[in-house]
Parts: sequence; structure tokens; C-alpha cells
Amino acid sequence: MYKLRRFLKDYKKECIIGPLCKLFEAILELFVPLVMAGIIDNGIRGNDEGYVWRMGFLLVFLAVLGWSSAMFTQYFASKASQGAGTKIRRALFEHIGTLSHAELDKLGTPSLITRITNDTNQVQQSIAMMIRLLTRAPFIIAGSLIMAMTINLRLSLIFFAAAVLIAFILWFIMNQSMPIFSAMQKKLDKIGLLSRENLSGNRVIRAFSKQKTECARVDEATEDLAKTSIKVSRLSALLSPLTYAVTTFAIVLIVWFGAVNVNSGDMKTGEIVALVSYMTQILLAMVVVANLVTLMTRASACAGRINEVFETVPSVTEKTDKPINIDKNAPKIEFEHVSFNYSNDGDEELSDLSFSVPRGATVGIIGGTGSGKSTLINLIPRFYDVSGGCVRVDGRDVRDYPFEQLRGQMGIVPQHSVLFSGTIRENLSWRNKNADDGEIVRALKISQAYDFVMKLPKGIDSYVEQGGRNFSGGQRQRLCIARALVDDPDILILDDSFSALDMATDAALRRALKENTAGTTVIIVTQRSSTIRNADLILAVNDGVLAGCGTHAELFESCAVYRDICLSQQSETEAAV
Amino acid sequence: MKSGSVKKVLKKLKPYRFFLAAAVLCALVSVSLTLYVPVLVGYAIDRIIGRGNVDFADVAQILGLICAAVVGVAVCQWLMNWLINLVSYRTVRDLRREVFRKLNTVPLSYIDTHGHGDLISRVINDVDAVGDGLTQMFLQLFSGVVTIIGTLVFMLVTDWQIALAVFFLTPLSLFVAGFIGKLSAKRFREQQMLQGEISSYVEETVGNQRIVKAFSYEKQSQYEFDKLNTKLYDVGFKAQYAGALANPSTRLVNAIVYAAVGIIGALAVLSGRLTVGGLSCFLTYANQYTKPFNEVTGVLTQLQTGIAAAGRVFDVLEAENEAPDPANAEAPGHRGEVIFDDVSFSYTPDKPLIEHFSLDVKSGTRVAIVGPTGCGKTTLINLLMRFYDVNSGRILVDGADIRNMRRDDLRARCGMVLQDSWLFRGTIMENLRYGNENATDSEIVAAAKAAYAHSFIRRMPNGYETVISEGGGNLSQGQKQLLCIARAMLTDPEILILDEATSSIDTLTEIRVQKAFAKMMRCRTSFVVAHRLSTIKESDIILVMRDGNIVEQGSHRELLTKNGFYRKLYNAQFATYDVINNGA
Repeated sequence: MYKLRRFLKDYKKECIIGPLCKLFEAILELFVPLVMAGIIDNGIRGNDEGYVWRMGFLLVFLAVLGWSSAMFTQYFASKASQGAGTKIRRALFEHIGTLSHAELDKLGTPSLITRITNDTNQVQQSIAMMIRLLTRAPFIIAGSLIMAMTINLRLSLIFFAAAVLIAFILWFIMNQSMPIFSAMQKKLDKIGLLSRENLSGNRVIRAFSKQKTECARVDEATEDLAKTSIKVSRLSALLSPLTYAVTTFAIVLIVWFGAVNVNSGDMKTGEIVALVSYMTQILLAMVVVANLVTLMTRASACAGRINEVFETVPSVTEKTDKPINIDKNAPKIEFEHVSFNYSNDGDEELSDLSFSVPRGATVGIIGGTGSGKSTLINLIPRFYDVSGGCVRVDGRDVRDYPFEQLRGQMGIVPQHSVLFSGTIRENLSWRNKNADDGEIVRALKISQAYDFVMKLPKGIDSYVEQGGRNFSGGQRQRLCIARALVDDPDILILDDSFSALDMATDAALRRALKENTAGTTVIIVTQRSSTIRNADLILAVNDGVLAGCGTHAELFESCAVYRDICLSQQSETEAAV
Repeated sequence: MKSGSVKKVLKKLKPYRFFLAAAVLCALVSVSLTLYVPVLVGYAIDRIIGRGNVDFADVAQILGLICAAVVGVAVCQWLMNWLINLVSYRTVRDLRREVFRKLNTVPLSYIDTHGHGDLISRVINDVDAVGDGLTQMFLQLFSGVVTIIGTLVFMLVTDWQIALAVFFLTPLSLFVAGFIGKLSAKRFREQQMLQGEISSYVEETVGNQRIVKAFSYEKQSQYEFDKLNTKLYDVGFKAQYAGALANPSTRLVNAIVYAAVGIIGALAVLSGRLTVGGLSCFLTYANQYTKPFNEVTGVLTQLQTGIAAAGRVFDVLEAENEAPDPANAEAPGHRGEVIFDDVSFSYTPDKPLIEHFSLDVKSGTRVAIVGPTGCGKTTLINLLMRFYDVNSGRILVDGADIRNMRRDDLRARCGMVLQDSWLFRGTIMENLRYGNENATDSEIVAAAKAAYAHSFIRRMPNGYETVISEGGGNLSQGQKQLLCIARAMLTDPEILILDEATSSIDTLTEIRVQKAFAKMMRCRTSFVVAHRLSTIKESDIILVMRDGNIVEQGSHRELLTKNGFYRKLYNAQFATYDVINNGA
């Protein structure tokens, strides 16, 4: 919790004035009994009706003053807590943006959603409560302690003993419930995960008639969370009864030892009454503190989870954010003895790859499922860092580039076609947010998406549902290709991006690409040998090793892996002729 | 305001009414004892009069009584707190379960058209807010009501006229609170809605961070997020502030009431109707009486968040279900015969997709469906699996209308592999077993081998026990498809549906997998949507679709000789193949 204090930095004023206003209100409250006593002592005893009225209006005035002071407290509390919460959410989202895929996989999207929403809310709420309540209680407790000491120093020891005991109880319960609160949030994550899976996999769940299994999984997770929550509430429910018990026992002790003192003549009865009423004040303040502590404990568990995100360091970071000089004469892309593995314990995904791609060339990458094709191209925009060797773009190591300079020149079409909710125009403006209609239409035409987009009632302003669910697989894929083509990228990376296209569209798209992307270095990962047979350079990848590198004719001659792939598809061609 | 939300939540509490009754009982005991303890302390002090004049025996007895009361209060208070938490956490659990069950009974179109992040936020945040609201409400309500009744009795005994004045004046504060509540309710609803929108945005962008990074879109997406976040700040601040105003305002009203009581009481004393002691006692009780009102409004923001959240949860729970399974469902046959009889369907009324579609598939036929993307291939499969219902016409499986069957029976007979391969977080073994819970480990390995997934599974760090992260993690698209195929092979269905199921698998593997399928498909009806000819060439019948209609049908050779749309599609792909032939 403490680590998150930097988010309150801009709300210093609110964090100081808010509690001060509250303090002012508390002090005003102390006047109320005095005024009332005045009414009784002077007004009634002095039989002064006018005094009663005057003091009565004073009471109303105090109330209004207290009210306006409270309004300020509430204002500052709302402002500081909402403001800090907003800043935390913003910083979280920003930090998540810097994390690489490896870290995101580890934290998990549903958990990140929970942290940005639920956990941040808890912290936010606790800040508001702190500003609203925290000053009053210590003020009253300290005041009562001092008053008790002035009345009877020896009996005030009971106050201190009670205070220590209560502090210990608070500490003990916080300490015990903190880990359970953390566990609770983690179990909430699990429910988030199940919701996400149930939504994204709903078709499969229904197809396999697995609704019952899913319900059972949910039942288990929710039961688990309920049990943990109830367990922790059993613990934190102890807080106020224990505080009550300790203070009331303290009162019993005060009365008893007071009685002894009164009996010996060291004390007056009135002093006992005063001590008891101060203890009661402390009790009332402590009840508030106890509630606050429960809230704060959960909030600090949440703060811990938020900090966990902040403390996750991206494994891929940029050395500089200033554009670097590039060598226009170097090959566009170079791999030099590159090896890579996702984790240290697994097998190497890629080993000792070397090749270079001239400017403007078209490169085909072909290989079996799981051979490492996608991994290879993920290294070019530096989604992952190589384990050995180096990848160069324009003669410079990709690790020297700022991300924007490196990735900004690339148009990437991922394997999995994902669109974002928004209009088609918005989706196509990802590479250039100022892209005009002409540019968008051109991209749509190359990607063979123009016809179906124009058939939509609103054309390029038609709405895309989250993930692009309102488009068929092939339409989605073509829109993803169009997205990469806007603003003429230097490097176009197509990761098996024709898989959902029918034969005619595939061919037409390739033709349009060839005609419109002169000067662009194109990298095509594919399963279909026909797609790349005209490529300037073909890389055949097998089990993470470069099995062959050259033109179609060269490879067909020299590379067994490539020849096998071609021949496996050739049977189709023979049938075709 | 959806005033019904509160009532609906209360209905959900019915199973726990005994717990709540017990909690009320505990509140009764603890509050009355709490009110009684100061009285006892007073008695004790009355017996401490001065030097040498202390009745120690009586004092000890009274103090003993106090100790007993304290234990009673502590135990009852703890029980009450615990019971209330128990009830609200269980209600939270029940609500979540209900939402999940709902998600599996709404029509698929509901899930397709709602933001997933928003739905997740309803399951996580809104249900949580309902729980918080419940806890706060009960905690304040129970002890509050008891305190109010208790003090009211004491006041009535002291001076019934002033008591009545207090009784009627104090609820004024509730009107103020209610008024403020009404004013801010809209903001609270907006707040929960924005919460959902943020969650949707995060779900989308963080879930697809790879694309965001690929397009260096971080700044832009940060900008979009900031826009939502700032909106949430504005609305949240207004909601919180407006909600938080209720408490000071109630206290203001009550403080004025207190002052009024002081004035009226003092005047009453002056006129001799009331004693000074009576007035002081009265003021104490008036103070006690107003406290619960103040405290309820202190948690008003939580209550309002809870109510707004409840509205969103019930929106989901009250969404229309898909048509229920018929009561006297027809038992499905086992031949695997499928007839589309004059079927028409469209997702949106203004965009007709499939019109008057008829097709008769004999048992054991291998049907391939080809055609340009967006022509309705996947839609046919959605209809056959009854993910969507036809608008007109009917689909018969083994002579029975699929709407007269139980969905589970229909789907149990269909094995389905989609292009969008879905896996859940769990081990590979668990994911494969999803197809058939009763499959033995060796059957699973056999299916994985048939799907050519065995070798890459074995190379993973923990083999079949490797945990796949949500959505498939480091697996390539092709590997995921192989796992989905293995999963479908385990179901041993009568009708097999492959919707571009092998699109990301390399051709060598595809041919092998296909052979395994062929073995499996023997005497079974199958529907295959694919673009690659290697996948469909062997089919008994190829349907060529265009704009929701079949334009040609026949075997591969028949269609080629026909020289129509199929041939055009076909040649388009192989237009550049001659070089390979020359090379070979």
C-alpha cells in the first residue's frame, strides 16, 4: 500500500486539507455538549428563555459549519481517491503496454483485468475512507489519553495497557488475514479466467455439450472463493467485538480501582465518571478504526497485486527512444547465427540460423507445423530477444532500435486474425491514424476486401464487433492484411495469412500484392508451396534449423525437406491438369 | 432507477433467511446489552460515593455483571458479523453461478454481440459490488433497527410528546438521503457501465498485445484508454461526491433536530413539564436514535454502487434464453442422414444470407463445401449444430427435425473442429479428454498419434502434463488445430464437421491427418469446409456455394469437367503451378 503513495503525489493538497476539515468538524462536535450544558446551566437555571434561543441557534450554526466543513472533506476525499485510482489504472495500463509476451503470458489477461478494475477499486475506496475517517479517530484517542493523564496518571496506565492490547489485536488480525485476502483476489482471477474461457469458447463448449462440466468448474471456483471469503470474514469479524471487550474491561478496571482510590480518598467520584466517558470516546473511535483496518487489509492485499505488475520488468526493453541511423546499403534483414528458446528448460526452438534478405525482395518461409516459422519472424519486430546471435534490420541490431522506428516500418499480419471493436476505418488506421479514404480503399483493394466492404450498408464505416466476430474467417483475414498495407510498410510480414482464403481470392491477392508492393520487403510464411514458388528467396525450416535457403529451383534440386513439401502438394497439381 | 433490482436481490437471499434471522437475533442481544452496559456502569458509580463510603460488594457484583454482558456482546457481535458475511458471500457465489449458467443458455448471438470484457466485469466487479452492498446494508440495518426501537422505547417512557417529535423529525434525514440518492443513481449506473467498458478495452488490447506491439500502437491505445479512464474519473468523482454528500446532509438534518429537541426540551423544563435530568437523559437518547440514520447514509455510496451493479447483473440474468429443448424430445437415430429442407436464414433481417436452401445428404456421405469467403459455409454449420435457429424451413437429422431434439443429443452425435481452435488453461491431457471424459490415457495417446500431435506433445517440457496457458500460449496455430482434431477424434461421432480445421497445418501433416480421418469417417457422414483441394478432393459430393446458395454440386472430377464456377476457383489457385511441374 505504501509503495503506491506516489499516486497521491498530485493530491497532497487534498490529502492534507481533507483530513483537516474533518478534524475541524470533530472539534466543532466537541462544542455541542458544551453549548448544551450552557443551555441547561445558564438558560434553565437562570430562567433565561432568550439565552435558550440564542444557544439553540448557535447549535444550528455549529451544525451548518460542520456540514460545510464535511462537504469539503467529502469533496477532497472523492477527488483524491478517484484521482489516485485513475492514475493507478493509467499507470497499470501503460506498464502492461511495455511488457513483453513472456510476462503477459505469466500474469494472464483475466488477472490483469481484475487488477485494473477490482483491485484498483479497493485501493481507491480505502484512500477515500482514510481521508474521511483516519484523522478523527487518532485525534479523539490522543485527546482522551491526554485528558485521562491529567485526571489521574496512575489510572491512565489502564488506558495505555488497553491501547497496547488493541494495537496488538489489530496487528495480529491484519497479519493473519492479509494472506487470505491475497488468496481471495487470486481466486477472483480464476473466476475471471473461467468467464473469459467460457465466452471465447462458448461454441466449442456447446458443441461438446460440456455445459455441465463448465458449470462444475465454475461451482468449484465460486465455492472456493466463497469459502475463503467467509474464512477471512470470520477472522476480521473478530476485530470489533474484541476491541469492544478490551475497552469495556478497561472501564471495569477503571471503576474498580477508582472505587479503591475513592475509598482511600485519593480521588473523587466525578473523576471516575470523566475517565469512563473518555474511555467510551476511545471505544467509539476504535470501532471506526477496526472497520477501517479490515478495509485497509484487503486494500493492501490488492495494492500488493498492483505492485506485482509494476515490479514485473519487461524482458524486451528499448535502449533508446531516439531514432538511430541506419545503413541504407546493408541488406534489409540479416540473421546471423541466431538461436532462440522460449524458456531455459525447453528445447531450442531455433538454432544457428543465418541468412540475409536484400531490400525489396520477397522471401518465402515454409516448413512443417511447429517447425519454428512463426518464431523466426517474431524475432524481426523483436517480440522476443534472441538467445544467441543477432538479427539486423538495415544493418543495425534490432536491439539498438527504439520500438517505434523498428516496428513502425513493418506491416504485420498475424496468424490469428484479430480485429478490434470499432469501425473498419478505425481498424485500418492503426498504422497511420490520419490515413485518408484513398489510402484505405487502396489497401482494401489490394487485400481483395474492397468488394465485400462496399456491400456493407455503411461501407468502411461499418462497425466491427470485438475480435471481428461479425465477419467470416476469410473476411477477417483480408481486413487484417489491409490493416498492414496502409501507409506502405517497408517490410510486410505475412504469417500464414492466406489460410482462410479460398483459392481464387488467394491467387488474386498475391497478384495484387506483387503489383503494388514494389520496393517493399515481403516475408511470407506459408504452408502452400504454390504461394511462394516465385519468391526471390525461400527458406525451408525444419525443427528449428534452416534446412535450405535459395530459389525454388535451387531448393527443389538440393533440399530434401523442401522437395517433400512440394511433392506432397504436387499430387493436387497433377490432378488439376 | 431499476427499483426492481433491490427486490430481485432480496429474493436471492431466500435460502439464507434462517441465517439472517439468527443474525437479527444476535443483533438484538448485542445491541440491547450494549445499551445496558452504560446503565450498569452508572449503577456502579452510584455506589462509589466518597472516602470510606464505597460499597465494594455491590460494585464487584455489578462489575461482574458487566463482564458477563461484555462476553455476551462480543460473542453476539462476532456471530452477527460472521453470519452477515456468510450470507452475502454465498449470495455472491450464487449470483456468479447463475450468470455462468445463463451464459450457457442464452442464444449464441448474445455472446457474439456483447463485449466479453464487459461481461467479465459483470461477473467479477458488479457481483462483488452487490456483495459489498449487502454486507454493509445488513450490518447497518440490523443493529440500526434494534437501536432505533430500543431508544425509541426509552424516549417514549421519558416524554412521549418530544419522543414523537423526534420520531417524526428524524426520518426527514432519510428523505434528504433518498433525494440525494435519486440524484446520483444515474452516475452510479454510468460508473458501473464505464467500469465494464474499461474492462472490455483492457480485455481486447491486453489480450491482443502482440498486435498492438506489431503496429507500435501502444501510444494510441494508451490514448483511447485514457479517454475512457478520464470519463470514469469524471463520472466516478461525481458519483462518489454526490453519494458522499448524503451523510453530512443527514447529519446536518439530525443536528438541527438535536438542537430543536434541546430548545423545546429547555423550554419544557422552563415551563416545568420536564426535569433537568430528564432533558439530559433525553438528549442522550436522541443522539443514540439518530446515529443509525447517520450510519446508513455513511455507506450509501456502497449501497448505490451495489444497486447499480445489481441492475447490470440482472440484465444478463434476464436476457432471453434460447428456445428450450422440447419436453418430449425425439430420440435421435444413428444413421447420420441430414436433410436441409428449404432453409432460409440471416443474422440480421436486412442482410439476407441463406435463402431456400435444400440439400439431401445420405448416411455416410462425405460432403465438402467450398466457395468464396462469406458465402455462408460456416453459417450452414452453425445451423446444423443449432447454434442458430433457422428462420424458415427445417433441418432433419435421421428424419427428425433438429428442433424436436435435445440440443445435447444432437451435438453429442456431431464431432466438430473449428478453424478458430479453442483450448482452455489446463494440461494437454485435460484438454484432449474434453472430447470424451471416459477416454483412457492410452486412447488419448492413440488419438494424439492419429492427429499427428503426439510427437510435438512429447517434445514439450512435461509431455501430456504440460499446462497450456489460456488460449494456447506458445503453441502455434497449427499445433492448436492438431490438438483440437485429436480432441474431436475422441468423441467418436456419427457426423463429423470440419470447418477449415486444417487450414494452419502443413500439407504433409494434413495428408496424414486426413488419412486418419478417412479411417474414422468410414460409414460416417461428414461435412468439410476447406479451401485446400487436398482436403476435399476425395469427397463424395462437393457443394460449391456462392452468396448463400449452391451453384454447383458433384464430385471433384464431375465439377472440373463441368467447366463452371468450381473450375474457375480451382484454376485460380493453380494458375502459377506450371513452374513446379516444369521443375519436377
